[in-house]
Amino acid sequence: MSGRDEAYWAKPVRTLDVKEIPAGATSANVAGRRVAGAAQGFGQLWHKRFRVRLEGANVAPQEVIRVWKERFGDFWPKRARMFLPPAGIAPGEIGIINAGMPGAPTFATGVLVIYSDDVSFSFITPEGHMFTGPITFSAFDDDGTTVAEVEEFTRASDPLWELLMITPFVGDWMQNAQWIATLGNLAAHWGVRGKVDTRIVCLDRGRQWSQAKNIWHNAGIHSGLYAASAPFRRLARPNAKRQP
Amino acid sequence: MANTTTALGVRRIGDAGLMDIRGDVTAQSEPALAEAFAEASSGGIRAVILNFTALDYMNSGGIGLLVTLLVRANRQKQRLCAYGLNEHYRQIFELTRLDEAIAIFDTEDAAVASAR
Repeated sequence: MSGRDEAYWAKPVRTLDVKEIPAGATSANVAGRRVAGAAQGFGQLWHKRFRVRLEGANVAPQEVIRVWKERFGDFWPKRARMFLPPAGIAPGEIGIINAGMPGAPTFATGVLVIYSDDVSFSFITPEGHMFTGPITFSAFDDDGTTVAEVEEFTRASDPLWELLMITPFVGDWMQNAQWIATLGNLAAHWGVRGKVDTRIVCLDRGRQWSQAKNIWHNAGIHSGLYAASAPFRRLARPNAKRQP
Repeated sequence: MANTTTALGVRRIGDAGLMDIRGDVTAQSEPALAEAFAEASSGGIRAVILNFTALDYMNSGGIGLLVTLLVRANRQKQRLCAYGLNEHYRQIFELTRLDEAIAIFDTEDAAVASAR
């Protein structure tokens, strides 16, 4: 028997395969990587929920999700870019993320779309991403008002990311502020200046030291190495052309 | 968000507490799942077994809830197991790599035997 949700879920993949790199995107730390669930992460496990009520906006949850999927990256704060897959946000598609941090090279990672229906969609992250676990974007009706929500069950991937996440203001800026700004921008699309309601609960204060080895995949470190090796790649390119 | 209809029954067989899950598992199932887990994991049992035979629908919010059950079981030094997953839901466990943390069995007997 198949579940009635079967069409909404991606099929399992051993490793991620980026078929097409969007123009202008730095695609690194995605292809060839496995996805990482919350059970594979290192840091404390958090359940985070961000909500904004679209008060006064006459818009159905389905329409919110349609627009959110279509313009996902447009609602992000300026410091980060999401390059949507050619097929859009659909099960099994991969999005490329490029983010800038002050004084640091472009941080490149991505997400796999694991679930998508008309009122929600979910991503899971590849090894090396800041956090591991599913993150779900949804909209629903609450007493006649549409509410947009971001919900995640995530851990920092490795000890380095965990250190950044627990550093005052830094972790908040890297992750929580991202979704608060996104929901604010989403609400503004319908002319709403809504307050984003935040609920953050630590489900597990322990660290999974068996997963400390994840640091070998750290996308921040690999992005730095990728940027540092750029001059060598540029030097190698003309030589490659001369070869028959 | 879809209306959720989760029905849960709790049984005990030997050292295992079983949760019979019927209907939908979504983020809205949290209170029902938490209450059933508290009952199933009490009394010094060694494993909590999730029976998915009558699962009708699960979205990614439901997957998140399974992660919370896993954490609670680990905290209580109990195993979390599952059986009755059809091919589709087995694939979801594989996709999210939950199959590496939750032991999956074909039958109830096999799951219960693993708790001994």
